[in-house]
Amino acid sequence: MTTMTTRPAALENLATKLPDETLRKWLRDMLLIRELEVRTMQAYQNKLIGGFCHIYIGQEAVAVGTIAAVKPTDPIITAYRDHGHALARGMDPKHCMAEMFGRIDGCAKGKGGSMHMFDKAHHMYGGHGIVGAQCPIALGLAFSVKYHDEVIEEKTSNGVTLCYLGDGALNQGSFHEAMNLAGVFNLPVIYICENNGYAMGTSIARGTTMAHQLTAKADAYGMASASIDGMDVVNVYNQMKPIVDDCRKNSCPAFVEIRTYRYKGHSMSDPRKYRTKEEEQQYEEQDPIEKHAAFLIKEKGFSEADHDAMVKDVRKQVRAAIKWAEASPIPDISELYTDVYADKWGPYTGTSESSMLGDPEK
Amino acid sequence: MANLTLVQAINLALIQEMERDDRIIILGEDIGVNGGVFRVTEGLHKRFGEKRVVDTPLAESGILGTAIGLAMAGLRPIPEIQFEGFLAPAYDQICTHAARMRSRTRGALTVPLTVRVPIGGGIHAPELHSDSPEAVYAHQPGIKVVMPSSPYDAKGLLISAIRDPDPVIFFEPKRLYRAFREEVPEDEYTIPLGKARVVAEGDEVTVISWGAPVVQCMTAIEASGKSIELIDLRTIYPIDTQTIVQSVRKTGRAVIVHEAPKNCGLGAEIASRIMEHCFLYLEAPIQRVTGFDMTMPYYKKELEYLPEAERIGKALAEVAAY
Repeated sequence: MTTMTTRPAALENLATKLPDETLRKWLRDMLLIRELEVRTMQAYQNKLIGGFCHIYIGQEAVAVGTIAAVKPTDPIITAYRDHGHALARGMDPKHCMAEMFGRIDGCAKGKGGSMHMFDKAHHMYGGHGIVGAQCPIALGLAFSVKYHDEVIEEKTSNGVTLCYLGDGALNQGSFHEAMNLAGVFNLPVIYICENNGYAMGTSIARGTTMAHQLTAKADAYGMASASIDGMDVVNVYNQMKPIVDDCRKNSCPAFVEIRTYRYKGHSMSDPRKYRTKEEEQQYEEQDPIEKHAAFLIKEKGFSEADHDAMVKDVRKQVRAAIKWAEASPIPDISELYTDVYADKWGPYTGTSESSMLGDPEK
Repeated sequence: MANLTLVQAINLALIQEMERDDRIIILGEDIGVNGGVFRVTEGLHKRFGEKRVVDTPLAESGILGTAIGLAMAGLRPIPEIQFEGFLAPAYDQICTHAARMRSRTRGALTVPLTVRVPIGGGIHAPELHSDSPEAVYAHQPGIKVVMPSSPYDAKGLLISAIRDPDPVIFFEPKRLYRAFREEVPEDEYTIPLGKARVVAEGDEVTVISWGAPVVQCMTAIEASGKSIELIDLRTIYPIDTQTIVQSVRKTGRAVIVHEAPKNCGLGAEIASRIMEHCFLYLEAPIQRVTGFDMTMPYYKKELEYLPEAERIGKALAEVAAY
């Protein structure tokens, strides 16, 4: 096992060079994700949200710190624990909430749901439900940026694509195909493994080889890699930024393990028999939001009063989002055929249109 | 006009479309330097370069996933999968992503890609290299499925598929790749998806088929000496119900011919549509002449499995005499 491709920890504290305003926004973004998730859980329990729901609480520093390290136009794609990435990318929480409520004003007009957060304007390419299956799509996104710049525009390309996956996805074939292709095609795509320790209810040590050193997966593909503590947003940014810059400059892929923890279950119906309350508490004590608030208060002239005002403002925003989402209409049944194909009322409605609309003459 | 094989017609369509639209990228296993396993992409690598004609590793899920990402970001990828059996590893990407992206994102993101896939038996290949899984993909809402049976149709249909805003699986019958030549215009032309072709007009029996068996049907019809209408579906989904219904209302008798196994094959769907629209016009039970409900046999028994002219002729006689 070689360590040549594994990066050393970032030596420079790049985050401290950023404006205070940016560092405060990271706190607000994390608070917003946390508050939205808390209210999402309540809404789910109140049966306002159907299907399944995967909560991001505990992992906020990963989405916020990594997205801060790229440009707003760099594509990102993730799996189904996706509310945090969407919000960190700039999706309005009201569109996120309306989507989960199945309302017409949701980010996918109430057709996708919790696992399918899409926001083309913010270059957020979803929200995908099959574990690991987003990994090859990320290749296409990275490839398209490069192709567009180099072949169509005939200029130097410097985009980078972020592809998030859980530790469970490391065991999927599509992840390994994608890692190999990223290397073969020299694509600037960074696979970010959010290692929260559990693939649904199976701990990583029980389901994944080399669980103690996941960068070994990258070594197999000759790819640069790093293992990062994800419970501190400043650390995530500091470590990610040089990797992003390197991939951008050299058009090459990387693999990053970010160690984190989901405070809640895999989904809303998870009894969490596979771990102890003590373990959960231990992680909650190193909470990334509290840590960043304390840092801002200690180092950046952020006051307790500023903090309280921010918390209050976020609560207000999420409350308003819920109210707005509840007021949004449920799509009419005639809307169901919209966007199955480009041509809504073409021959594609086939055998089922008339029975759906209750019109035997159609 | 040039006298071309089906392979040459597809090659010509790819060249003309790539020259017209620089958003088109083709990718697949050995499609570049080597020109593809059936040499369909011969010369494209040299002509368009390695940035547009991309040799990939053997990784079908990765190829389709990459193509889907390219399409979502606004390009027009044309991946090739070497044999229909190798679509299975890419099934996840086709059916969980390509087919559903437009619906899932409410039209914000679409997947305008064309997957080219050789299909069917008759070339002495083993199973996984001789199967006919068109019904599997026709069953998935969100994708279109096309299968030409002649060089002329292949060029016009492929151009339509490439320009189509939805994902298309373009099945190419291997048995017909070099079976015969046909006059194919050098100018570009399109054949609309979703429209069947009436190959021969007649008023005694309607025969509905697609892909390689269309040629077998022509032989059987000629030998029968009867007035038989032959419909080549051309697009497997959406099915051109109107053309089928018009014909069966005229003849009152129908035979459906396909290579795939009979159980849950597309013939069942077509027979059902005929029942829904032509019940009072029918003079005889609908017959299906198909492959058998089994794994595709190895080459020594291949021709007994496939719906050859003799078996089709027998069905025609039975249905006509009923």
